[in-house]
Amino acid sequence: MRLKSLVFAAVAGCLGLSVAVAQEEPQALRQSQMKAVGGAIGALGGIAKGQKPYEAAAVTAALTTISTTMKAFPNQFPEGSQTGSESEAAPAIWQNKTDFEAKAQKLAAEADSLLAAVPVDAAGVGAAMRTLGGTCSDCHQTYRMKK
Amino acid sequence: MASLWAKVLGAGAVIVAIGAGIAWALTKPDPHPESYWAGLGEPDLASGEQLFWAGGCASCHAAAGAQGDALKVLSGGRALPTAFGTFHIPNISPDAQAGIGNWTLAEFGNAMTRGVGPDGEHLYPSFPYGSYARLSAGDINDLFGYLKTLPASSNVAPPHELQFPYNIRLAVGGWKYLYFNDRPRVQLASADEKVRRGQFLVEGPGHCGECHTPRDALGGFQPDRWLAGGPNPEGRGSIPNITPGSQTMGSWSEGDIVSYLETGFTPDFDSVGGSMVEVQQNVAHLPKSDLEAIAAYLKAVPPVK
Repeated sequence: MRLKSLVFAAVAGCLGLSVAVAQEEPQALRQSQMKAVGGAIGALGGIAKGQKPYEAAAVTAALTTISTTMKAFPNQFPEGSQTGSESEAAPAIWQNKTDFEAKAQKLAAEADSLLAAVPVDAAGVGAAMRTLGGTCSDCHQTYRMKK
Repeated sequence: MASLWAKVLGAGAVIVAIGAGIAWALTKPDPHPESYWAGLGEPDLASGEQLFWAGGCASCHAAAGAQGDALKVLSGGRALPTAFGTFHIPNISPDAQAGIGNWTLAEFGNAMTRGVGPDGEHLYPSFPYGSYARLSAGDINDLFGYLKTLPASSNVAPPHELQFPYNIRLAVGGWKYLYFNDRPRVQLASADEKVRRGQFLVEGPGHCGECHTPRDALGGFQPDRWLAGGPNPEGRGSIPNITPGSQTMGSWSEGDIVSYLETGFTPDFDSVGGSMVEVQQNVAHLPKSDLEAIAAYLKAVPPVK
């Protein structure tokens, strides 16, 4: 009985969560995804600048966040989500969907290849950051419009 | 009988002529004399290259999307949309026909610092000579020398497409009369050498104010809002306030600003975006001391909310 109610509670909880996620607007979702990537870059930046000690686990975690987030990111731009929630998405996204998606995938792919050979010291993390950062700004140049 | 009318008309004509004469005197193209550009000696190409990166020449004059060595091919051809019409950016590579290969130093210098073209015509201030006017004759000599070492391109850009009355070049003289000068943009309380260097870089070659300062209806800067940001003159979106009163970066330290210009990352690891990407990539070529000077100046300008 207790087990059943636990399972019931868990299932209900999951359903409730997915409903909550589904209800969240794509504008808000993609913004929190970008914040997650920014946070991961920040973790790498702290190590590269020597503000935090080098830890392989932290580097792996940050790169994993970037990879998984960037694979999901381009799905948050359905028609009709061009504006709203202080979106900084540029209209060019919907005009060049393929290029936009390719640029997001490029960042995910760079994170994946870094995961295959994780940088071993702060200098390596710094070099990785410059690579990833160039890809960030390359896309932001065209597809983000500051409010 | 007819003489009264003739007198009135005649007097009217004289008044109009005098008025036109005064207007012409106040607004005619006003290059530096030839002697200003004489005797400057051999250009310092290393200094010229730094001015090239500080000045962001490639951001407009290289082909769209150019990277690496392609940034040094100043073939022109990009379009610059503005409220006044679309400017097509000219070829300034050393090609003798399509570019500026046949220009003299005086012609180049007067274009850069006086907004006067080789035929004595006014140039449109979309070319930021209002900022470049702060370069010395020696700076111009170095930059011209460096540009001559870059590859030639035979690309020919189409003419500007401007709405009336902006398509009348003479009218640019009126704009210059109202707005064009080479005085400091702001009076600084502290002006140590580092801040002064920053002032030169930001107000002069860096021409930061051309985007970061809001303009009035005729395209002149609003002087009490120097570097305070505003609507994007190239269209949608906005340009951030970069004074110490800025909501976005007023709290940044000088080190944060240097790091942003060096790497393209904000203190919270957002990345540079929009037109600033190219600016950041250009100024990243400057020595760190210059980036520190820019940061010191940005902290010294009057805060605007």
